[in-house]
Formats: sequence, structure tokens, C-alpha cells
Amino acid sequence: MAAIETFYDVIRRQGVTRRSFTKFCSLTAASLGLGQTAAMQMAHALETNPRIPVIWMHGLECTCCSESFIRSAHPLAKDVVLSMISLDYDDTIMAAAGHQAEAILEETKEKYKGKYILAVEGNPPLNEGGMFCIDGGKPFVEKLKWMAEDAMAIIAWGACASWGCVQAAKPNPTQATPIDKVIKDKPIIKVPGCPPIAEVMTGVVTYVTTFGKLPELDRQGRPKMFYSQRIHDKCYRRPHFDAGQFVEEWDDEAARKGHCLYKMGCKGPTTYNACSTVRWNGGVSFPIQSGHGCIGCSEEDFWDKGSFYDRLTKIQQFGIEHNADEVGLAAAAVVGGAVAVHAGVTAVKRITAKHEG
Amino acid sequence: MTEATQVHGVLDSHGEKAAELQSVYVYEAPVRLWHWINAAAIVVLATTGYFIASPLPSTPGEASSQYLMGYIRFAHFSAGYVLAVALLMRLYWALVGNDHARQIFYLPVWDRKWLWGVLYEARWYSFLVKQPKKYIGHNPLGHLVMHLFMLNLAFLVVTGFALYSEGAGRDSWQHELFGWVFWIWPNSQDVHTWHHLAMWGVILFVIIHIYTAVREDIVSRQSLISSMISGERVFRDEADK
Repeated sequence: MAAIETFYDVIRRQGVTRRSFTKFCSLTAASLGLGQTAAMQMAHALETNPRIPVIWMHGLECTCCSESFIRSAHPLAKDVVLSMISLDYDDTIMAAAGHQAEAILEETKEKYKGKYILAVEGNPPLNEGGMFCIDGGKPFVEKLKWMAEDAMAIIAWGACASWGCVQAAKPNPTQATPIDKVIKDKPIIKVPGCPPIAEVMTGVVTYVTTFGKLPELDRQGRPKMFYSQRIHDKCYRRPHFDAGQFVEEWDDEAARKGHCLYKMGCKGPTTYNACSTVRWNGGVSFPIQSGHGCIGCSEEDFWDKGSFYDRLTKIQQFGIEHNADEVGLAAAAVVGGAVAVHAGVTAVKRITAKHEG
Repeated sequence: MTEATQVHGVLDSHGEKAAELQSVYVYEAPVRLWHWINAAAIVVLATTGYFIASPLPSTPGEASSQYLMGYIRFAHFSAGYVLAVALLMRLYWALVGNDHARQIFYLPVWDRKWLWGVLYEARWYSFLVKQPKKYIGHNPLGHLVMHLFMLNLAFLVVTGFALYSEGAGRDSWQHELFGWVFWIWPNSQDVHTWHHLAMWGVILFVIIHIYTAVREDIVSRQSLISSMISGERVFRDEADK
């Protein structure tokens, strides 16, 4: 393991000037929504604090979070991985393998007790004693609990670690369980998305490693700076929503003109993420911009909410699969019919009663 | 029945003496006012709410010259505020008003007579008994349904403000007060669905409410419809002598 140096030491060694360094601090502070004083704090922290070791573990997942992370445009993943943080363990992108790799875990756990960040991609399946995900000869859930014991904080990468995602979708045969349901005694920061946006991931890591604490979280445990607004709130097609201009079917005139995808089942109005502001692949585009509605991939159980192309959620609770309108209309028809029959019976009763009286 | 007043000596144009009727002042002015404000707000809310979930056909022209969804949503949110404020006023009146103003806010489940009354009224509506009982306020079954409606209404207000807080922002008082709804349903899609289902609950209630009000006004020989305008409940059968 490399000797502990500061971020500043590393970038100066790489030939970055002090001027560029302060520029970077200002820019990063601005992108995190912080003020000028934060830029100075950040510079001070990067100059004096030892780099924070990060252990990156993989449970049941598809590695899309890692794929996203290494495509971060700003700051470049290379800088993050090599300079800003000390990414000591990541079994998919590290050079070490086998026992050599596993030794790093023990070393970090011992040497940086209570000081390292545990980043988890994917989640542990709990069914059959965790046998559905074996990592290093042990069920992943055991490895996760073991490394979490001495971590400073845990970053739950993506929809898997945050909510459960596709492996936890009904009927969830392996009982895949999000991190916060397994680890209860550590601060957990959820960075949901399938995958999360690269710049959001690096932004979170930058914040935690510079300030040595978690950013402000919302009620669901997500960083407020990236997840406090819905896709809908900052969507560039929002004017068409307010005007009542919708795509009615794929490839109609409105679709070509780029009108609102609400009627095509866009989940933007119920999805908290930064896609409509940060966008993807270095700000090139995001799903709605490419003409497809948001599928709500950063939201809880988005696989179990019916079609990606319906506005109204299918309801499965009553052993049926219909949306609220279908349920409501059926109930109204039943009650309306019952009322009509009841009124008829009442009228007949009154007429016959009068004859008797 | 000490509150009852008898109508003595009312004559019509032919000099025929009217039946002596009993009437009781039941619904005080704030209760009546709330009823109609609430009814109007529900009509606006249900209509606009439906069109928010299933919007009208698209409008033509430039987006900058249209604001249809904006107006529909504005009407929904305004009516929501009116309903919520009226509900607060109604809660206050439940504390300071007469006994009847309190009735629908609790169920006297400890009262055996009331429980018996629920069963009796259920049998009355199933045509199993010949004569209804007369009640000054709501009959026990009506009382039960009214209470369920009030719970449904409270649920709509809470989920409504929670959904509103999504647009108002994380720093809004709406989110401070009602954001806990997202503890229960982290995905607001579920909150939308429940809000929507509760709207259908209100529609079912409205169908039953209007039907029984009209029916009982006729069949049970006591005023229900005009009572919500004048506040007086009139019992059409002559007083026991």
C-alpha cells in the first residue's frame, strides 16, 4: 500500500500547478452548490488531510455503476481513482487478485479502523444463508458485514445497494436486500440510479473525501445536492407539459417536435435524480432528450410498478393487475348499480306498502 | 327531546291547520358552510385531479402561448388549499360547536346502543325491518360512513400536500410537515396511486351520500336535504301525543 500522502502532494508531483489546483477547488465547490469559502476549505482540506482509503465491493450487481464511474468526465475518473481518493480495493478494476487482493481488505480494516469509506455496488442476497453470492469463498453478506464494522461510512452505489433493483423485484427468489436493511449502525449514503450518473458518483466521493463527512442527506438518505429535485422539475420539455402538449403515440408529430412524454408513461414527475441538469456522457444527452420517457431507475422498486409506458401504476395489492382508474371505475359501477337497484326496491316496497295500508 | 319545538297554529290559505311538526336545530352555520365549501372543492379537485393523471388531448401551437396543464394544476392546488383550510375550520368548530358538530370525528364503539343501532340501520337498508329509527344527527350507520369519509379526506389532504411538496421543494413547509409520507412510500409513484384511489373512494362516498340523503328524506320522513341549508331537522310525522 502506498504511503499516506495528501491529494495536493499527489497532484503537485504529477505537475499540476497551484493555480490549476485552486481553480479546481473553486469549480468543484460551485458544482457541489457551495460558496467561495467552501472552495478555500476544500483547498485546505486537500492540502492537509491524508487521502481517505476507499474499499469498493461488489455484491449482486451488473457492474453498470463501475462502468458509469469510469466514464466520469469531470473530474476524470483517472484523477479520482489515482489522486483524489486512495482506492485500495476494487475487485473489478484492481491489478491484484486472489489472496493478494483479499489481504488488502484485512490490512485496510486494521490500519484505517473507523477511517475508510466502504463503497458497495450491488447488494447481498440473504436467502439460503447468503449462498447466492459467494465472494472470496464466503457469502457476500458476511464479507459486507465484516468490512462495514470498521468503516467510517458506507456509500450504497446504485439502485441495487440503495433499493434492491432488479434482483429484488418480485418475487425476489434470492432475497436480495438493500444495504441499509443489512447494516444498521453506520452512516449510509444512497446514490441510486441504474446506474447513477458518473459526475454524481465522483461528486459524492469528492465531497466525502475532502470534508471527511457525508453531504447533507434527504429523508431517504440520498445526497440533497443531487437528489432534491425531480427530473420533471428541471426537464427542458417542461414548458410543453405546462402547456398541455403531449406525445400521444411514438413517432407522431408531437414526438418529432419534442413535446412532453408524460402520456407515454414518463416517470420524470416521480423520479429524483440529476439527469435533466447534469445529463449523461459528459453532458451530451439524457433519456428524455433522446425521445424516450424516464423509467424512474433511481426510485424504489421501479421494476415492480407496472409498465414503463403507463402513467398510472398497476395495482397488484388486491391480487389483480389494474390501474387506479380501472379499479375506481369498476367500484363506482358496482356501487352505482347497487344504488339503482336499491332505489328500485325502495320504490316497489313503498307502492306495495301503500296498497296494503 | 327537550330541544324539540312544536309548530302550533300554522294555517294554509284554505284555513286548514297544518300538522304539528317537530324540528330540531342540528347543523350550525359553520358546519353547513363547511359542507358546501367542501362539496364544491371536491368537485373541482376530482375533475382537475382526473385530468392531471390523464391529461386532455394535446393543445396546438406554441408552448409559450398555452398554459392548459398549468391552469388545471393551479385549480387543483387552489381547491386543495380551500379544502384544507375549511377542514381546519371544521376541526376547530368540532371543539367549540354543539354536540352534532363533533359527531363525525369519533366513533362511540364503547356504546352498545350505538353498535346495535349500526346493525339496525344495516337491516333497515337491507329491507329487513319495516320502520327506520329517527335520529337527530346521523344515524349510527351514517355516522360510521361519515367517519370513514373524514379519514379518507384527511388521507387525501396529507398525501396531497406531500405530493405538492415535491414541486414546492425540500425546504418548503409542506415538505417539513408532510414529507414523512415518503417514509411509508419512498417511491412517490405509490403516493400518486393511493391519492388517486382515495379520490375514487370519495366518488363512491358521494354516490352513496346523495342517494341516501334523498332516499331517507322521502322514506324516513325526516328532512335531510333542506337540513344542510337551514340547519333544522324536521320530523314529518306528528309528535306523539
